[in-house]
Amino acid sequence: MIRLFQLLPALVLIWVTGFLATLPAQAQPLRLQITEGVIEPMPFAVPAFVPENSAGGQYADRLARVVAANLSNTGLFREVPPQAHIARISSFDASVSYSDWRAINVQALITGAVSVSGNRMTVKFRLFDVLTGQQVGDGLQFAGTTDSWRRMAHKVSDAVYSRITGEGGYFDSRVTFISESGPRTNRTRRLAIMDQDGENVQFLTDGRAMVIGPRMSNSGERILYTTYETGTPRIALMNTQTGQRQLVGDIPGAQVFSPRFTPDGGGLVFSAARGGNTDLYRLTLATGQMQQLTSSPSIATGPTFSPDGRFIAFESDRSGTSQIYIMPASGGEARRISFGQGRYSTPVWSPRGDLIAFTKQNAGRFHIGVMRTDGSEERLLTASFLDESPTWAPNGRVVMFTREAQGGDPSLYSVDITGRNLRRVPTPGPASDPSWGPLLQ
Amino acid sequence: MTLTSKTLLILAGLALAACNNPRAGGTFGGGGADGFGNNGFVDAGITTGNLGDPNDPRSVAHFQQRIGDRVFFTVDSSSLTDEGRATLSAQARWLNENTQYSIVMEGHADERGTRDYNIALGERRANAAMQYLVSQGVSANRMRVVSYGKDRPVEACAAQRCWDINRRAVTAIAGVTG
Repeated sequence: MIRLFQLLPALVLIWVTGFLATLPAQAQPLRLQITEGVIEPMPFAVPAFVPENSAGGQYADRLARVVAANLSNTGLFREVPPQAHIARISSFDASVSYSDWRAINVQALITGAVSVSGNRMTVKFRLFDVLTGQQVGDGLQFAGTTDSWRRMAHKVSDAVYSRITGEGGYFDSRVTFISESGPRTNRTRRLAIMDQDGENVQFLTDGRAMVIGPRMSNSGERILYTTYETGTPRIALMNTQTGQRQLVGDIPGAQVFSPRFTPDGGGLVFSAARGGNTDLYRLTLATGQMQQLTSSPSIATGPTFSPDGRFIAFESDRSGTSQIYIMPASGGEARRISFGQGRYSTPVWSPRGDLIAFTKQNAGRFHIGVMRTDGSEERLLTASFLDESPTWAPNGRVVMFTREAQGGDPSLYSVDITGRNLRRVPTPGPASDPSWGPLLQ
Repeated sequence: MTLTSKTLLILAGLALAACNNPRAGGTFGGGGADGFGNNGFVDAGITTGNLGDPNDPRSVAHFQQRIGDRVFFTVDSSSLTDEGRATLSAQARWLNENTQYSIVMEGHADERGTRDYNIALGERRANAAMQYLVSQGVSANRMRVVSYGKDRPVEACAAQRCWDINRRAVTAIAGVTG
């Protein structure tokens, strides 16, 4: 019973055929229903991983700490810290003394092991339901290079999260954003990318040209963004693997901005402003074919595709104030879906297809909210002086966005779709316009 | 910004541009990125120019300080005010007498809106100002529009005072045409 997945060129995952791996799948009492909003987080323990050789020792605790931070940051789990542990995990394959974990009220126990040889490392983990005294699912093993050790901890976290919540994970994913510095009247804005937890920040542009509004492709390899490098807003397409970059979607005399990939990555939809009017256009990258999607004498911007690629939601002020509309992906009749108080903008379709996140301005306040795709069941998740630019976690359960305190600098925050667990996402300085990429393979 | 510091900025820009390939495109004193700072466009060279004495009615300094190089808008609006039309009419007279200059019409928004919408709104404002200049006889061929949305405030404070002066269209005098 060995299954092999290609992850990174250097990262390989196999099922561990451990001593409990042959247990039949049980009904799982270790379960959290995210959609109901978790008020009492599930207590878990993740002791330092067992070093299976001396070189693995330096990662033993760090791996466990990354897993603990990931789970704690969801707000769904609460760590029982190592100082409180009674039992010591000294062997990955030794049987678990459940009573020692029950005694400190742990419900989910995660054990792991790590070995390192040269620049190669192997990480294993198991998840146990302490209350029923059973392992949950098979053990898993990840092999890769030592410089991807955080990714292996994220893979462990994703597996644990998925097994307990029944939802996809989102820890092994990256976020592209704009890193800001300097005075606000002459801001330096650089395109950057980082892990979802704020680690491994890389800068992708040098800050000479103003850049805004990046979007990551569904494959995670390419980024679209708006750049002022030629003096007027233009759309740049960057391949983060090869470093290749090109300007796309030129419309003479127009400001072009607000680019979004089609779900298959083969094209984009974007805004072009000319003569006081802003319309949406669609460009097929392979052929260069351009199609105008809207022709209303008003602003149409902030487009977002439904995950199946059949529809585009966007914002328009054709009614007098900015509101959210949905139209077929090839253009045509648009239907307004936002009818609450105030102005609605920056719609972003959930990767699950069920919800649209948006920014709402009302009575001098800004909100991030979600609504169903027919506009019903509007739910505001945040309220502040200035919140905007929501982006979805790959599992559609968490939204990251830009928050600017009054008189302060912008930062990235995340909140879950029940409105709980508002958290600041660490960045090297002021940051804005996040775009959350897919789970990495 | 005072004239002195503006002049210094331009001199600094000239020094930086010396190793580039100068061409028309730099602007005098627009509120936005204009090729001088590290946020300007990368390859826009800077033309040599002298702001001159504001008492000289043919000087760029006169255009900026005596006539006024910008007009302001109310919230979420691109309609010109009476004051704005008067300023633009005076700008048009100057531009029609000083035909050697091209113009970058910058559109800006305050920070109380979302980024993409504000780029669209800034373009609307710049276009409204440009169309008014055209109606006063300034050739559209001398002008190009750039919208910075909310990302180039002339002054940054989280208060009405700043938002009011950031909702603007700036007629930035660019290089000598031709």
